[in-house]
This record gives sequence, structure tokens and C-alpha cells, in this order.
Amino acid sequence: MTTTLREATVALSDGAHRPWARTAALLRLYLRLDRVRIAVWALAVYGTVAGSIATLLETYPTQESLQARAALLSNPSAVMMTGPAFGREHYTFGAMVANELSLWVLVAAAIMSVLLVVRHTRAEEEAGRLEVVRALPVGRFAPPTAAFATVAVANVVVGAAVTAGLLSGGADLAVADSAAFGVGTALTGLVFAAVAAVAAQLTEHGRAASGAALAVVGATFLTRGIGDVIDPLGSPLSWTSPFAWAQQTRLYVDLRWWPLVLSAVAAAALGALAVGLAQRRDLGAGLRAPRPGPAGAAPALLGPVGLAWRLLRGLFWGWAAGTTLFAVAFGAMANSLEDFAEELPDLGDLFQIDLTDLTNAFASVVLAFLVVGVACFVVAAVLRLRAEEGQGRVAAVVVTGTSRPRLLAGWLAVVAGGAVVMTVLVGLGAGVGVWSGSGDPAWVGRMAVAALAYLPAVALFGAVAVALAGLAPGAAPWAWLPVGWSAFVLFLGGLLDLPEWTREVSPFEHTPLVPQEALAAGPLVVMGLTAAALVAAGFVGFTRRDLER
Amino acid sequence: MTDLAIEARDLVKTFGTTRALDGFTLSVEHGQVAGFLGPNGAGKSTTIRVLLGMLRADSGTARVLGLDPWADAVAIHRRIAYVAGDTNLWPNLTGGEVIDLLTRIHGGARERARAARRAELIERFELDPTKKVRTYSKGNRQKVALVCALASDAELYLLDEPTAGLDPLMEAVFTDEVRRLRDAGRTVLLSSHILAEVEKLCDTVTIIRAGRAVESGTLAQLRHLTRSTVTAAVPAGPGRLAALPGVHDLVADDGRVRFDVDDAHVAEVLRALADAGVANVTITPPSLEELFLRHYGDDVVAAAAGRDDAADAGARGAGRRARRGAGR
Repeated sequence: MTTTLREATVALSDGAHRPWARTAALLRLYLRLDRVRIAVWALAVYGTVAGSIATLLETYPTQESLQARAALLSNPSAVMMTGPAFGREHYTFGAMVANELSLWVLVAAAIMSVLLVVRHTRAEEEAGRLEVVRALPVGRFAPPTAAFATVAVANVVVGAAVTAGLLSGGADLAVADSAAFGVGTALTGLVFAAVAAVAAQLTEHGRAASGAALAVVGATFLTRGIGDVIDPLGSPLSWTSPFAWAQQTRLYVDLRWWPLVLSAVAAAALGALAVGLAQRRDLGAGLRAPRPGPAGAAPALLGPVGLAWRLLRGLFWGWAAGTTLFAVAFGAMANSLEDFAEELPDLGDLFQIDLTDLTNAFASVVLAFLVVGVACFVVAAVLRLRAEEGQGRVAAVVVTGTSRPRLLAGWLAVVAGGAVVMTVLVGLGAGVGVWSGSGDPAWVGRMAVAALAYLPAVALFGAVAVALAGLAPGAAPWAWLPVGWSAFVLFLGGLLDLPEWTREVSPFEHTPLVPQEALAAGPLVVMGLTAAALVAAGFVGFTRRDLER
Repeated sequence: MTDLAIEARDLVKTFGTTRALDGFTLSVEHGQVAGFLGPNGAGKSTTIRVLLGMLRADSGTARVLGLDPWADAVAIHRRIAYVAGDTNLWPNLTGGEVIDLLTRIHGGARERARAARRAELIERFELDPTKKVRTYSKGNRQKVALVCALASDAELYLLDEPTAGLDPLMEAVFTDEVRRLRDAGRTVLLSSHILAEVEKLCDTVTIIRAGRAVESGTLAQLRHLTRSTVTAAVPAGPGRLAALPGVHDLVADDGRVRFDVDDAHVAEVLRALADAGVANVTITPPSLEELFLRHYGDDVVAAAAGRDDAADAGARGAGRRARRGAGR
């Protein structure tokens, strides 16, 4: 009896006096919770790296083909979607691998880190689990430290997977540069982990925290891209982005390690900021005090549409703001293009772009890229209804006398309306961008109308989500697969030389490249009807199946 | 048109290999407050969700207000109010917004009466409607759910563990409100495992175990099936009491006796006590707790010695699985 008491006292006082007490135990817990997750990320990254190298080896067997690939880097959109163009004069296979893969590997590490950090910090706190943990003899700093350590472990594993993938691809790549690639990936992940840790202190909701941190990922993606378009070897704007720090190591060209010091310092500084902010607030609270809200509901909130809009508006504004900003930035790059056409007459053979009207062609391609953002919004918004169902809130509304079809129709009306508005905004944004470059205001209207051609494709992505949510609710997250694959095909399908049929799966492949191409109504009608059929199936399923809660 | 507000017969609902409801039968008359008892995972919430048309029973029939809960769900929903077992409301809406959202969609009540009722309930439950749901404590969140249901002008109230997390004062307010519903002729199905609450409020009780109704009837009927406890001061000693039919577990100690008696034999026992020169006597009817423990206590203790060991063990296994499944 006395021993137990003494042990308990010791454990408690340990917690009181040692702010990091029991960090190791928590780290073990978090790693146990995440072991599958981390393994999946690492395997996916390894598979992508090793598989891409195999594909690239096949696609670019000779020095001429490599030089042709190097010429491609004169295209701003290629630089935007890959990385800085080092060693173009004597292009090597390694330089191409670094250019082709680094950005996507880094983005993957960044997204993984953001999701993991928020999962173990704000989301845990919001769910009330952190309170349970903190009530144990656990130091004040132990949970965030363990969370950060978990993410560090994940990044080390992913970094190692990158290096392993590079070395096992059969391309005989330099070991030091491959190691630097892995280290750069891990450090970039940690920078964004620290960004997410700060965001988790500022907001009260896990979703808002990951949204804010992912917005930083998007913004720095953009600054790196635009900076490198300004100067393909990296302009001052590029250096504002953590992505640039990892890419500026000049992998396989002229390896230098020092840019990674920036990553390490930034991660440490942001981590310290997060700890400082955490000290200044109560458990469960954000930095802003909650304000009282309305004592009653506005009439607009009371129907299924009003409720859906209230629940989706944050998601909508986030995506709308992000895609529109991207649109303006992309559009503004169009003006630098006309010069390239004269410099590189053979570019047209490699890239399916009509050089006589480069601005038009570029604007068309950009539009397709941007619509991916709208598709993401649509799928996320449809799946949010599944989350509502899982929380029992769909049931709460249904028992008030709103039929299931009405509820779903209201929800989808908001999603559809949001998608249309966002598509137009994206078109307007791109148009404004092109206008700013070319000086021709007609672009604004032209792009806004052209963007509407993508609505059937967007509807199709959403319809897949609706059908899954209705007929196979457990499998609903698979609705992301078509979006992810189509984006992959769009960004890299041409460069990776994917087989025709794998590309044909993407609805974007069936959407005419407006405004460059003429509008062909046939495929759009087919996609629209397919979407309608899938939505109808989703309605039938949603009406007939058990509500989960 | 049937006279019953709720009529469920032989309901079966499985989740994968789990039988959450296993031939469950329940009937509730109009204007009754019906208690629905059972431990966690016995199938109470599954039953209520089937009655609401959220879940479709694999077999068996159910009628709610004379309608089919699956086919006529919306028509039923317009006439009922529901408090979910574990209330999860929108964290970024205020309590007042949620109440309006979940009562005005209802559309049934006339607007002014509804507003007055809403204000009265918010006052009685001491709720601050301007706070975001996320900032409420568990009890306050439960109060929001209760106000939503009670402010609805419904014919039938399905309340799934409605007082979870409430303090005793608020529980008293709730009890009072349910009595008002009964006085107004409304029907209430009150699922709970708080026996005192059910004993106070309910006209009839159904006890569910492992997805099956094991007992149902009025409290008086249920008590009749069991034994009352008799405590008496008999200075002359128990005499022939122990030998009487219907007397069980007699303990005599220093001029006091205590025993259980089958209700059918109370008269003879009283006569025998009078003959023995009884000084005082107390007869306690069985509490609901005793009834309840009779059905669940033996799950642990007596079932091993049950009549049909193999079948019983099977049923208990199914029950355990059902409990786990229904908890999802």
C-alpha cells in the first residue's frame, strides 16, 4: 500500500516538476497509432520515386532525349510544376530526376507533416482526448513534444524512403546527392510540421488548423513556382519558399548542403514560436476569446439549403480564395511566353502547344490545372455530409421531418452552386492574370466563359462521391482517387509518357482545351449524363440504406 | 388504425455477425409514458433508430403512430420528437440556432406558441442560447437537445437516455416536463438505465436484454410476478412461518424476522404473523432495481445454473456480441 502511494506521489511530482515527463511513453503511443499511416506514406513515396525512375529511364534513353527534356524547362508551366532548371547545358539523368520528382516528393512530405501534427495536437485537444492525457502525470510539454517527435520520425522514414527509392531505381545515381534529397525531404516536412504547430495554436479547430497550414503549403508552392519562372535558377522570390531551400541544393548537378540549414533553422524557430504561443493560452482555447453568437437562428439557416451553406461556407471560401489567387498568378505568367516561342521553335514538337498563339494555349492549359481545385472542393464538400452523418447530425435533421432526399438535394444544391461560382471565379482570376500580362481585357470574359466547359468534368467527380456516399458509404473516401489520378495525369501524364488508356480515365482528357480548342459538346453531354446517373444512384442509395447514426 | 402509438413485433436487426435486435417486441399505448430499460448495448438505441426509420429492420414489423417507420419516415417525423442517446450538435452554431434549426424545420407548431415555449424551456433549463455549442459542457449540450425535443409540439416523444449528464436540479425539471407531456395526453418512450427516473415517470416498463424483451407490463404487473420483502417483529419467534408455502429466505434474529413472499401467498402469511403475535410489520414491494437485477444479475451469477445450459450460454454469447455491436 505504502509503496503504491509513494510511487504515485513520485509519478505525480515528476509530472509537476518535469515539463517533459512521460514524453517517451506518449511518443510510443503516437507511433503505435500512426504506424500504418506512416508506413503507407513511406511506401507510396518509395513506390513513386522508384517507379518514376524506371519510367524515366525508359523514356529518356539518350543524351538527345535528355537535352530535349531540358529544352522543355523553358516553358514556365513546366518550371512551375517541377522545379528550378539546373545544368540544362549538359543535362544529366540525375538533374532530370531532381527536377521532375523533388517538388512532388516535398509536397507529399509537407502535407503528411501538416496532417500528422494537427492530428496529434489541435484535433486531439478538440476531441477532449488531450485533457484525459494531461490529467495523467504527464508533463506540460510532453504531448506537443511527442507529437513533433512522431512527425520527425515519420519524416525520417519518408526521407529514407526517398533515398532508398533513388538508389534502387537502377539509374546509378550519386549516393551523396540521393542522401541530400532524402534529408531535404525530411527537413522540408519538418518546416511545414512547425507551420502546422503554429496554426494549431492560433485556431480552435483541427480542420481550420490544417486548412491554414495547407494554405501556407499552397502559397509557398506558388512563390517558389513564380520565383523560378522569373529566374529558372531561383530568384529572390523563390527563396521565400521552403520548397526552394530543398530544391536549391542543386541535386546531381553541383551539390551544396547549406540551403538545408535554412530549413533546419526555420523549423526550429517556428517550433519555438508554437511552444511560446502554447504557453499563453488555456487548454482547448484558441488565442482569441470566444464571442457570444445569436440567440436564435436567422430564417436563412432553417432550410436544408441554409444549413448546408452554413456548414460548407468555410470550405467554400477557403478553396475559392486559394484557387482564385492561383488563377491570377498563373494567368499573369502568360505574358512572358511570347518570347520563348521565338527562342525555341522546336518546343511545339514536345509539348502539345500551338506556338503561333502561345498565350491562348497556355491559358487553356492553366484553366485545366486550376479546375482541379474546384474538383477538390466538390469532393470534400460531398464527403462532409458523410462526416455529418457519422456525427449523428444527419439523423438529427431527418427526424425533424426533412426527408432524406430533400436533405441531400439541399446539400448538393449548395455544392453545385459553390462549384459553379468557384469555376467562374477561377476563370475570371485567370482572365485578370492574362489581362495584366497581355493588356487585353477581353481575356477576362473569355476565360470566365471558357471555364464553364469544365463543369461536366467537375460534376462527374462530385457525382462519384455522391454515388459512393449513397451506395457504399464505407468506401466514400475513394472518391478522392479519380481526382488524384486525373490531377496526376494532367500534371505529369505527358512528361511520364503514361499509356493512353490510363489517361483516358480522366474526365479532363475528354474536356476540350478551351478557349484554344473549339467547344465540342458531345463529350460534355456524355459526362453530364453520366454524372446525373451517378447522382441519381446516390439518391436511391442514400434514401434506402441505414443511416449510420 | 391501431390503438397503439408504437407496435413492434419480432424485430431483428443484425450488424454483420452481430444480432443487435433478436426478435424484439414492444407496444406502447397512446398517452402512456413507457419506460425502456436495459444496460448499455442491450439494443435500446437500435430499437429507437428502427422506430425512427434510420435503420431498416431485417425482419419483423413495426408501426409508429399507425405508420410504417421505413416507408413513411417523413410523415412520422413530422409528428414526433427525438432526443438522441449521445447528442452531437454542430459545434460552430450557437445553442439558440440549433434549437431553432431542429424545431422550426419541424413546422408543426404555430409560431408564436413555439417561441413562447422555447423561451420558457430555455429559462427553466437555465441555458445560455448565445453560446457556441462547442463551449457548452456535456450537461448543457444535453439541455439543448432536450429543449429541442420538448419545444416540439409532437404526439410521440422518443427520448434515448435523455438525462445523461444533467445535474439533479435539471433532472427534476425534466421529470416535471415529462409529467406535463403525460397530462397533455402525449406518448413518451423513455429509454434509460436510471431506474429511479423510470419508476417515477413510467406507466409501463419494457426490459430489453441482448436484443430481446425479457419483461414488459405495468410496474404493478411486473411486481406481481415477483416477491415482496416482509420485515416483522415477532417476539415469540418465527414459529411455523418458514414452512408456509410462498415464503423464501427467512432470516430470524433476536425477535425480528425477514423473508420474501410470493404475492399470491401474502394473505396466509399475514394470518400466520397475526397468530404469532406480530408487534409490527413492513411489506416492501420489489423495487425496479430488484426487478432489473433479477434479469441482469443472473446474467452473471445464476445463468450458469440455468435450465438449459447450452442454449443459455449461446444466448449470452450473442448478447455480448450484440452489446458490442450496438455500441457503434
